Amino acid sequence: MMTYDQIYDVIVVGAGHAGCEAALAAARMGCRTMLLTINLDAIALMSCNPSIGGLAKGHLVKEIDALGGEMAKNIDATGIQFRILNMKKGPAVRASRAQADKQLYRLRMKKVLEGQENLDLKQGEVTELYLENGELRGVELKSGIRFLSKTVVVTTGTFMRGLIHIGLNNYPGGRAGDQPSIGLSDQLRTLGFNVGRLKTGTPARLDARSIDFSKLETQYGDDPPQPFSFSSDRISMPQIPCHIAYTNQRSHDIIRSGLDRSPLYSGIIEGIGPRYCPSIEDKVVRFPEKDRHQTFIEPEGLDTIEVYPSGMSTSLPIDIQIAFYRSIVGLERVEIMRPAYAIEYDYVDPIQLHNSLETKLIKNLYHAGQINGTSGYEEAAGQGLVAGINAALRVKGRDPLVLQRSEAYIGVMIDDLVTLGTKEPYRMFTSRAEYRLLLREDNADLRLRDMGYQLGLVTESEYAIFTDKRRMITEELDRIATTRLVHSPHQLDVLASRGLADIQKGTTLEHLLKRPDITYSDLAELDTVSRETPAVICEQVEIQTKYKGYIDRQLEQVEQAKKMETTRIPENIDYASVKSLTTEVREKLSKNRPDSLGQASRIPGVTPAAISILAIALKSVSWKGTEE
Amino acid sequence: MYIRDTIAAVSTAPGNGGIGIIRVSGDQAAMVGNTIFKPVYDGGLVSHRFSFGAVIDAQTGEKVDEAMAVYMKAPRSYTREDVLELQCHGGWVVVERVLSVVLSCGVRLADPGEFTRRAFLNGRIDLVQAEAVMDIIASKSEAALQLAQKQSEGILSKRLEDVRLCLLHALALVEAYIDFPDDDLGDTDTTAILSSVGEARRIVADLLLTFEEGRIIREGISVLIVGKPNAGKSSLLNRLLNENRAIVTHIPGTTRDIIEETISFDGLSVRLLDTAGIRQTDDIVEREGISRALDKISQADLVLAVFDASRTFGPEDQMILDEVADSRVIAVLNKTDLPQLLVLPDEGRFVSTVRIAALSGEGIDLLKQTVCKAFLHSTATDSREYVALSKARHRDALVSAEQSLTKFTGGLRDRNLELLALDLRDALQAVGSVTGQTATDEVLDLIFSSFCIGK
Repeated sequence: MMTYDQIYDVIVVGAGHAGCEAALAAARMGCRTMLLTINLDAIALMSCNPSIGGLAKGHLVKEIDALGGEMAKNIDATGIQFRILNMKKGPAVRASRAQADKQLYRLRMKKVLEGQENLDLKQGEVTELYLENGELRGVELKSGIRFLSKTVVVTTGTFMRGLIHIGLNNYPGGRAGDQPSIGLSDQLRTLGFNVGRLKTGTPARLDARSIDFSKLETQYGDDPPQPFSFSSDRISMPQIPCHIAYTNQRSHDIIRSGLDRSPLYSGIIEGIGPRYCPSIEDKVVRFPEKDRHQTFIEPEGLDTIEVYPSGMSTSLPIDIQIAFYRSIVGLERVEIMRPAYAIEYDYVDPIQLHNSLETKLIKNLYHAGQINGTSGYEEAAGQGLVAGINAALRVKGRDPLVLQRSEAYIGVMIDDLVTLGTKEPYRMFTSRAEYRLLLREDNADLRLRDMGYQLGLVTESEYAIFTDKRRMITEELDRIATTRLVHSPHQLDVLASRGLADIQKGTTLEHLLKRPDITYSDLAELDTVSRETPAVICEQVEIQTKYKGYIDRQLEQVEQAKKMETTRIPENIDYASVKSLTTEVREKLSKNRPDSLGQASRIPGVTPAAISILAIALKSVSWKGTEE
Repeated sequence: MYIRDTIAAVSTAPGNGGIGIIRVSGDQAAMVGNTIFKPVYDGGLVSHRFSFGAVIDAQTGEKVDEAMAVYMKAPRSYTREDVLELQCHGGWVVVERVLSVVLSCGVRLADPGEFTRRAFLNGRIDLVQAEAVMDIIASKSEAALQLAQKQSEGILSKRLEDVRLCLLHALALVEAYIDFPDDDLGDTDTTAILSSVGEARRIVADLLLTFEEGRIIREGISVLIVGKPNAGKSSLLNRLLNENRAIVTHIPGTTRDIIEETISFDGLSVRLLDTAGIRQTDDIVEREGISRALDKISQADLVLAVFDASRTFGPEDQMILDEVADSRVIAVLNKTDLPQLLVLPDEGRFVSTVRIAALSGEGIDLLKQTVCKAFLHSTATDSREYVALSKARHRDALVSAEQSLTKFTGGLRDRNLELLALDLRDALQAVGSVTGQTATDEVLDLIFSSFCIGK
């Protein structure tokens, strides 16, 4: 084994959505960083759907952007349809989503990586972590080279012992067309990690030329398209629509006829799949009363005929796939370009991680993305960013970045993972966030920009734009709180025309804006300054004013929980010495080893009584004294 | 703060029962047993085995009482600590004496409820159970004991679980429409949401109604007996008590102070207060008695207004009716064995009217039943499923849940789903604060099993 003559600060294993963010963050923070991938042509490849964002995922992307990550900028540069979901609902649950030109997305990310200072890109398969006396020193490659580093971030996606299923046929692969990663997960198991098996799937890619789009509903994006990144001004890519099609009873009959050759139902697949992203056979079996299932036919890019039928993933044999896709109206003559398949892969139980994403077993080793049992590009990227930041902070000898549940969806996700573990691929939903009204897309910058700047990930010019915005919001909030209606003839006219003649003279604009029937643009009719306010400022002022009651309520809850969240549990605590705990609770705590009291309280089966005992045990010297 | 020293206390209610139990909990329990208890069959204390013997004053060597002793080694005991229980004769003097002998071994007298607190801290029982046990300890009558025991067995928890499931179901429906806008779920199913929330509100409202009743069962009620002199108030009291406690003479004004006794009517603990007869008088002592009686009227849960049915309605009767105008009153018409001359005006304002003959005892049982009925749903207390809220903490939690649900229902038409979800979550959290459960994963489970999600 040859040892390479350089010592890196951070080595990132895997160049998917987690790996790219991790490598960029570490390099941008000034660390000597290397990004290793099995295939340099597959950097930031969208292995499944050609889209970014959606409910809660869009939130993650905005947070990544606020912290100085790359994903939002990458999709803004390569997105070919943008929509904001839930526009009819409140601001907290509005979310951005975009279709990507899949090839442009990957190429643009590769270019950013290649242009990044301090960052080396190399192709190779990591087969082992290199340890000396149990301490992490680097990684070893199949090609016989050893790279040394102070920290390692492992982002293996679906590659560790990946096994692809199409019907009863199966073969090793990390993704259709790529080799799996063999060896690494065996070593991790040997080192004491609980390695489990998950499953996910992807639909076929279809030939657009063989689809009769005139029979499908057309879905256009928003006009104008709204970018993800706080640093993007506008979207300059051409925008194209998606199409909507539906399965029918005949499709379902065809699917049922193939179930005997389904690896899922014949028990060949052991890994657990995500319930929120079931294969079409799963939908048909579990919801027999539904007479149709919807699919969005999504373009894979501007310059390709490949399209992606969302929600139609399957591991049924190829003959059933052909017959069932062709049973859909508009797809009668469809040609499959790449078959649908399921893939099983190894993941490592995330409760073996600190909430910095460093493993509890091996110091300086970080896990991010699907290796932690998650699913989704955005979930992966959020973790990759945090893992990369924390590896860099370790190199610099600084405390890790731990995002709180009240600060970011990324914080909710990591806390969920490391506290509860996961039984199925974990996806973010807004319902997982108890402080949902605080964690909005629109205020991701207000929540996280400062942190990104302090970490060195947000540039001076980006930060200046942000501080300007923040100042203008504060000023405008102050102004509307102190500006009163004078009942000028113009104001009286406007009020009368809206049936608000009863509104008294001296009412503040803030008071007026709190009314459900008044928007900020209505204010603009009443006073000249409001007319000049930039749109992003109007939006913030309106949201913060209208939802003030709810926001304050949640802030109060955050304050109440703070004591629990900030009470640290010493890493070396011996739960056996806390006598009063029940055996069940003691086992759970010993297994999870939570970092804080708040985290302990979220472990199922850890009762409020156990938490008060633990709180006493942590505080009480006399208690400890009598125990020993 | 939990200091693990050894504690002791009398664990039977004072003054009644054939035996008295002294309980010792902590590391020194065995030492106490070996020091002060001398078994007939020598062989030391064996865990979970009763032995018969004598309690000895270790200082004097004197035998204090015959007793049964049982030693329970941790963790198989009520507190999960080493426990010693001494069962001796029930007389208060004896029990006190045994306790002082125990304490002389160097253990500390337990604070009220401290055994239960240890049981709770040691994970032996949950919070709801602990509170119910505290009530058992403090319960004054059988019905209270039964209520406390049922709660302890988790009937309240079960009811709250029903509420929780309804709310989870409603929340899952709301959340599905928030998180899966592109999933072809159709329109928000407000009917289903409202029906789940309605069911939850119904159970919460039912439970809240029982709170007052729970308090009554636990704390008992106070019943004030008023009437003009010689209407038979003291005779009635004696009948109710089955003893000659109050002085009964035919001289009006004999009862000059308030006489108080606690008895049990079919398990309902009743504090009876007999008062001076109410009339115009020049006697200073008697006037003081009357004024005290009048003061008590507003504090009583129930007033028994006793009238002499053998006399016509007079100004003193009217005076009494005026004084009790704001109270819950049962009119008791006494002396039904004599010719009936009384005609009560406006009888409909009373909770009930009962005819008795205090001297013979006729009508007394009916009166007792009427009193109970005025406070308890008679059938409810018999039912095995009956549960009453008895803790202010539980009541507060449910009131807060109720408020959140009212807000939810009121806003269903014009507020955004995520704000409605907030109200549902608040309600869930309020219920969870009693049972100690959280919700997120269960909501997701419900969504995925109710809706075909996945695009």
